[in-house]
Amino acid sequence: MSSGLSFDQIRLPPECDRLRDDVRAFIAEEVAAGTFAPRRPGHGDTHDPAFSRRVGAKGWIGMTWPKKYGGHERNFLERYVVTEEMRVANAPVRLHFVADRQSGPILLKYAPEHIKRDILPRICRGELCFVIGMSEPNSGSDLFAAKTKATKADGGWRINGSKIWTSNAHIADYMLGLFRTSPPTKENRRHGLTQFLVDMKSPGIAVNPIIQMTGQHDFNEVVFDDVFVPDDHLLGEIDGAWKQATSELAYERSGPERFLETFYVLIELVRALGDKPDLRGAEGLGRLVAQLHTLRRMSVSVAGMLQAGKEPVVESSIVKDVGTLWEQKLPGSVRDLAAFLDHDETDRAILDDQLAFATKIAPKLTIQGGTTEILRGIIARGLGLR
Amino acid sequence: MTVESDGIVAATATRIFADLADPQTVNRTKNSQWKAPLWDALAEAGLTRAWIPDHLGGAGGDMADGFAILGVAGRYAAPVPLAETLLAGWLLAQAGLDVPDGAMTVAPSRPNDALKLNANGTVYGRARGIAFASNAEHIALLADSEHGSNIALVKVSDCRLSDGVDLAGDPSNTVEFNNVVPLQCAPAPASFDRTSLLSMGATARSVQMAGALETILSLSVAYADERVAFERKIGKFQAVQQNLARLAGETAAALAAAGSAADTIAQPMGKAAAFDNTLLLEVAAAKIRCGEAAAEGAAIAHQVHGAIGFTNEHVLHRFTLRLLAWRDDFGSESYWAARLGAMIAQRGGDNFWPLLASR
Repeated sequence: MSSGLSFDQIRLPPECDRLRDDVRAFIAEEVAAGTFAPRRPGHGDTHDPAFSRRVGAKGWIGMTWPKKYGGHERNFLERYVVTEEMRVANAPVRLHFVADRQSGPILLKYAPEHIKRDILPRICRGELCFVIGMSEPNSGSDLFAAKTKATKADGGWRINGSKIWTSNAHIADYMLGLFRTSPPTKENRRHGLTQFLVDMKSPGIAVNPIIQMTGQHDFNEVVFDDVFVPDDHLLGEIDGAWKQATSELAYERSGPERFLETFYVLIELVRALGDKPDLRGAEGLGRLVAQLHTLRRMSVSVAGMLQAGKEPVVESSIVKDVGTLWEQKLPGSVRDLAAFLDHDETDRAILDDQLAFATKIAPKLTIQGGTTEILRGIIARGLGLR
Repeated sequence: MTVESDGIVAATATRIFADLADPQTVNRTKNSQWKAPLWDALAEAGLTRAWIPDHLGGAGGDMADGFAILGVAGRYAAPVPLAETLLAGWLLAQAGLDVPDGAMTVAPSRPNDALKLNANGTVYGRARGIAFASNAEHIALLADSEHGSNIALVKVSDCRLSDGVDLAGDPSNTVEFNNVVPLQCAPAPASFDRTSLLSMGATARSVQMAGALETILSLSVAYADERVAFERKIGKFQAVQQNLARLAGETAAALAAAGSAADTIAQPMGKAAAFDNTLLLEVAAAKIRCGEAAAEGAAIAHQVHGAIGFTNEHVLHRFTLRLLAWRDDFGSESYWAARLGAMIAQRGGDNFWPLLASR
């Protein structure tokens, strides 16, 4: 009657404590220097090239990668500490975050040696921004409906079509994209997509901004007009990209960024409630803390299991499903608990400002990186229902 | 908390429960004659005395072993006072008292109840919601005197019990101690108080709840994979799959939260149950999150099962009603949430994340 679900009791090892102190000290210096304001998310830019370079100089990008590619050969739990401290501080990590989390590991696995030697050290120095080229105008959650084509040419491939909702494309150096190299087969509709490394400065690429409902600009449409990609930029197996996606997803789905994206409103609520909240405030806060602590324990456990070479695919999808719903509801929960606080006696202006921003970004949290519905399909498959 | 990772003790417990407390068989049985062989087998394997050190006549006192046993017990939701007897043994061992054989329970188990140790050494007071008191021979209890907390052992027959059952129909008695003379009594260790007992009980119940959630997940998945409606197995419908995925999420959360609290108590500091903010966070989070998962999970499991799951003949209620009942023991979600929230607020906004991150 065991469920098959497993969460090893992973505690972060002592080396993580020292690292955490270092990261906090670094963040405090940056805040003091005016690089960013932790309590003012939604104001100021979320990417900062100079900041990313300083993070790289600290050795906190590509932490787990081999030293010969500029990495630091530290473990995934150490990377976890850096990720969560940066997230909680609302640090402007957007430029390097995707490259660090998923693009670098894919290149490590599938890119030819000379490309790894060229690109990975620059990622580690915080110099490169990567984007993910998956969604298309008529292909979102249904990844394998992608139509944008890569056609064989002399010495490489020619790409035609477009990608959409491509976050950060306007600041990106490279895209890791999925392109159609063959039609799907009757037996396997996932067949026929191939992964390519695309230099965003290639002739024929146009990046058109799409402004979001928050007023921010993350999204873009990326149009490919006969864009040439050399043969050595093909990653992995021709027509077989679907085999390459699964293990990376476990990392992508279970990290602290999957439940901490609106966390600042909870810290601000603690400040607003004061040191002696009434029973309603205390009880409401306590429940939220219990839920958050549980999510973090699940997430750390998945990180530890991945470090140990296990493949907790269902567990990591659960972290994202439960975690993103939680962070999505959090602004509403905090709003309720703050409802009766006296405006004059609390720092309400900051909380209200944060709530306005968190409430506006909330809808995207259960869509980006795999919707709730897709995740639950994966979980159902893990349960043996599909 | 799979059998594999729990090791030999959990494997033994699983074998005994599977042989002697199969839920289908138990549910069909009209009497309770199955309980004695189950209890004897658990006792013979040392599982009822897992939290008592060797020198007090126990099976070693390894905290992790006891929690592993409780995880298995939760998966079977068998109505025998195993958790209560383990807790009683643990409590008596804190004061170095001898632990009798047989079924025991512990008191108090409600946050607002307190027992008093009179100057003449007798125990006075009332404890409500004492699980399995009417099935136990002894009660291990915590009683306050002028000099602090004391741990005592009393005979159930020396107390006045009112009839009472919990949601699942298991004994849950109000026990009145009218100047009861204890069989044994000793001062509790320094810093050991009612919160220590409440924390241990809450963690034990959380681990049981996570186990029961595992079972209702398995039952629901199996049912969805065999029940046919509209010419398909209902597990093929996305609406049902989404519900089962949510149930898996609640089960996962309960396993992680209960496992984390149990792991915290099982560390050396847990020996004397030193109560600090870390332990409050872990224990409160476990009881709150498991209680929430119990409510959500039970509702989903029933929804998936439809009418058959609402019948007495189906085993589902054996698990769902106990899940709901266990929420009330050793502090409800609301109780622990108020305590946890007050602690976080008192520490202030700047110290909030560092506490979470330290776990």
